[in-house]
Amino acid sequence: MSTVLQLPKAVEDSILQSTRASRRVFLKGSGALVITLSVAALPGTDGFAAEPATSGPYPDPDFLQLDTWIVIHPDNTATFYVGKTDGGQGTGTAYRQMMCEELDIAYDRTSLIMGCTDITPDQGGSGGSDGVERDGWAMRRVSAEARRVLLDLGGQHLGVPVEMLAVSNATIALKSDASKKVTYAELIGGKRFNVAVTGRNVDSIAVKAAVKPVGEMRVVGQSLKRYDIPGKVDGSSKWAVDMKLPGMVHARNVRPPLAGATLQRIDESSVADVPGFIRVISRGNYVAVICQREEQAIRAARQLKVEWKAPATAPFPASADLFDYMRRATPTVTSEPQVQGDMAAALAGAAHVIEAEYEVPFQGHTAIGPAHALADPSNGQMTIYSNDMKAYGLRNGVARFLEMPREKVRVVYMDGPQVYGRTAADDAGFEAAFLAREMGRPVRMQWMRDEETGWDTKGPPYVFRLRGGVDARGKVVALEYDACSADHNHLGYNEPDTVLIAQLMGRRPERPSRGSAEAPSVMYDIPNRRTTTRIVGLPMTWETPLRTGNLRDPNGPQVTFAFESFVDELAAAAKADPVQFRLDMLQGASEDAVFRKARSLAVVNAAAKTYGWEARPSPKSPAAARGNLLTGRGIAYTYRGNTIAATIAEVEVNRQTGQVRVKRLVCAHDCGLAINPDGLRHTVECGMLHALSRALWEEVQFDTRKVTSVDWATSPTLRHSDTPDVIDVVLVNGDPNPGRPDLPHYGAGETSHKPLIAAVANAIYDATGTRLRRPPFRKERVLAALKAARV
Amino acid sequence: MSNVKLNVNGAMHEVDVDPSTPLLYVLRNDLDLHGPRFGCGLGQCSVCTVIIDGVAVRSCITPVSAVRGEVTTLEGLAKDGKLHPLQQAWIEEQAAQCGYCQNGQIMTAKALLDRNPNPSDAEIRTAMDGALCRCMTYYRVQAAIKRVVRGTTASGAVK
Repeated sequence: MSTVLQLPKAVEDSILQSTRASRRVFLKGSGALVITLSVAALPGTDGFAAEPATSGPYPDPDFLQLDTWIVIHPDNTATFYVGKTDGGQGTGTAYRQMMCEELDIAYDRTSLIMGCTDITPDQGGSGGSDGVERDGWAMRRVSAEARRVLLDLGGQHLGVPVEMLAVSNATIALKSDASKKVTYAELIGGKRFNVAVTGRNVDSIAVKAAVKPVGEMRVVGQSLKRYDIPGKVDGSSKWAVDMKLPGMVHARNVRPPLAGATLQRIDESSVADVPGFIRVISRGNYVAVICQREEQAIRAARQLKVEWKAPATAPFPASADLFDYMRRATPTVTSEPQVQGDMAAALAGAAHVIEAEYEVPFQGHTAIGPAHALADPSNGQMTIYSNDMKAYGLRNGVARFLEMPREKVRVVYMDGPQVYGRTAADDAGFEAAFLAREMGRPVRMQWMRDEETGWDTKGPPYVFRLRGGVDARGKVVALEYDACSADHNHLGYNEPDTVLIAQLMGRRPERPSRGSAEAPSVMYDIPNRRTTTRIVGLPMTWETPLRTGNLRDPNGPQVTFAFESFVDELAAAAKADPVQFRLDMLQGASEDAVFRKARSLAVVNAAAKTYGWEARPSPKSPAAARGNLLTGRGIAYTYRGNTIAATIAEVEVNRQTGQVRVKRLVCAHDCGLAINPDGLRHTVECGMLHALSRALWEEVQFDTRKVTSVDWATSPTLRHSDTPDVIDVVLVNGDPNPGRPDLPHYGAGETSHKPLIAAVANAIYDATGTRLRRPPFRKERVLAALKAARV
Repeated sequence: MSNVKLNVNGAMHEVDVDPSTPLLYVLRNDLDLHGPRFGCGLGQCSVCTVIIDGVAVRSCITPVSAVRGEVTTLEGLAKDGKLHPLQQAWIEEQAAQCGYCQNGQIMTAKALLDRNPNPSDAEIRTAMDGALCRCMTYYRVQAAIKRVVRGTTASGAVK
């Protein structure tokens, strides 16, 4: 049977297997026949005529058609199509649960296809922890609408008004007589709904049906097992990295050895002896080698002799001098100061005034699997197999980059290594597509480890200066916050003039994006405040490995580290318990539309209660401690969007070696309605541990010419031995407003990542009385600080 | 290029490759075994781990010509359609996030339990320390290993 998608059979099989999808076939009699995925004939599909094969173009699926989202199959199963992806947090399972809930069908009767630009509606791909929070609403609404349409059809079929019907697991029956029933499949299996919904865009979809109230939910709220894990533990899943096509060749990049170096000459004869060598392709400063086999391409890339000319001036300061450079640099953007109250008068009247500076270095994505993509230029089209979390953006960007009509470009999203924002998956997708067009055959691009760690986008470094005052009763009366980030060349997603290949080819936008430097997200009542932010650039803006991009809550971990550390410093100055100190500041706040005050209080209290927090000021009095192991605890709180988290870390610091070990973590977390509580817990756990890695280990290091942290030895990450003994995740999820029984579902991918570095720093202070104002807290830095403080 | 014979998951294969080719690329590209993955090419992360005669080996730095003995990959752990207890425990604990590194986690854990069926928590941490995960699933990976050590997986004891 022919297919519209024309996916290689291996991909079809893998998508179908991983999602347990059955084919998407519509009966010819009920409108145009569409087959988007098909494999060997399945039972119950005899007599279905096949659409002639097409090889593109690939128009956008119409998000206003119910049929774009949901297909009911003749065997009474369903396939859902959504424009999101799952970076490993189990969001695919959550989407299925939400859609099963509204459609009234059992989870194991459904499958899900995500992020394939020609068969799933464009929901923008993933990012910002908004998949469940925002895009889940469109999924719920179309599913509820499908249920409504099916109930209408069921009423007609059974000859009774809809009010007399009940639905259970894709079967409609009379409430009064369960033997009188009809299945979804009998009503519409294999046929189109041909029902349009309304809405200006995919986020504002409106339907006639009402979504279910929380009290009636049965599938949502269950900790169902993720559908994708079995294939990931038995090796049967097929990922973007596993894709192969007939005639495919392997590419490797040859990067400039120094940032800003310009290509002088390539000696192609230097790789003439490499078996399987096909070609060197270069354009501007972009160079890649193409070989028949993967190991040949690796060898050719290493062996190719390329003459580069170093830039006349240093592209950046060395990492050791970064913060001094940032302090001195002329800002590219300076915000208008946000002022509330009278700072000078408040500080003049304060009992204690303290001031502190904090620094956070560049930290990278450093994905466990280096970036990769496979591009197929067959039939004058371009298909890219990629794990890019913004498949639609990759499609549009590549179309512009290659100057192809976007209808001729499609992206097939497949599983991949973690994507916590703007990773190098974008860059690899563009490179594969460019090389595939040059070669006229499928090209697989795979970055090597040093490329991934050296050249991926980085979270921006920050320098903060905070000043604050507490009065004689221990109340914070004034707080001044100044943040400076080196985020001048911040890259967006899949921009055809900022992806690395475009930069190296000399294509670039008129000016870099604005970048950002953020203020903290807390509900504290502080009467007098002054907030200023600045952005600075490094000397080299383009063709540099120090390019910034979104990394898991792009500014949150840095900002919250500085702010919540300083709040702890104020608490210590006031000799107040750090939890009570925060609760007092929250108590004075005004409530907002999403009840962030009440929910913040609940979250901080829940964290303290779960931990067994003993009220006392920090530090714990290390002078009294015996032996080399000092223990302490620290708390930090913040929110991201509508989701709130408070984290407590318990640490053990070895004062002889400076080694910090986090023994226990507690996170109290409120993201509203939990779709899958266990999946949520795991995401919260991993969000914390990812931040623990940033707290203890991660830092991009560079000299004035190149990044020097390029593998797992020079760019260490958290390991098994660093894992806390106990992690407690408390889902506080509760809406204190009795007038609103329907809890919305908020996002959860990033919030737990945000306060953790501060919690660890505060715990180290509690244990040692020494304040660490710059992560990572590797033992050398901790030991130096302890020695300076004579701990 | 030359012919190299390999015993992988109980089956003999003959491939025509340069003898210096890392085992990883032969497994992935010639034998279509995608359990082992490329992570660093430096033997630093364990994502490419296979087991050769009971020992966890980094296939990204092992020349195919140096392989002696039977290679077991992630695909070879299940027997007679039944998952290995570690794989079952991974599902019970929902240990994966993205899952890219889980081959390295599972194969390293298998080599550990094969030589020490009853490791302490500290021994688990030490043995697993080279198996990196950037989603940071370590806590649940350790829980899954402990689940097998306790013998509480539905499938029964190891081996």
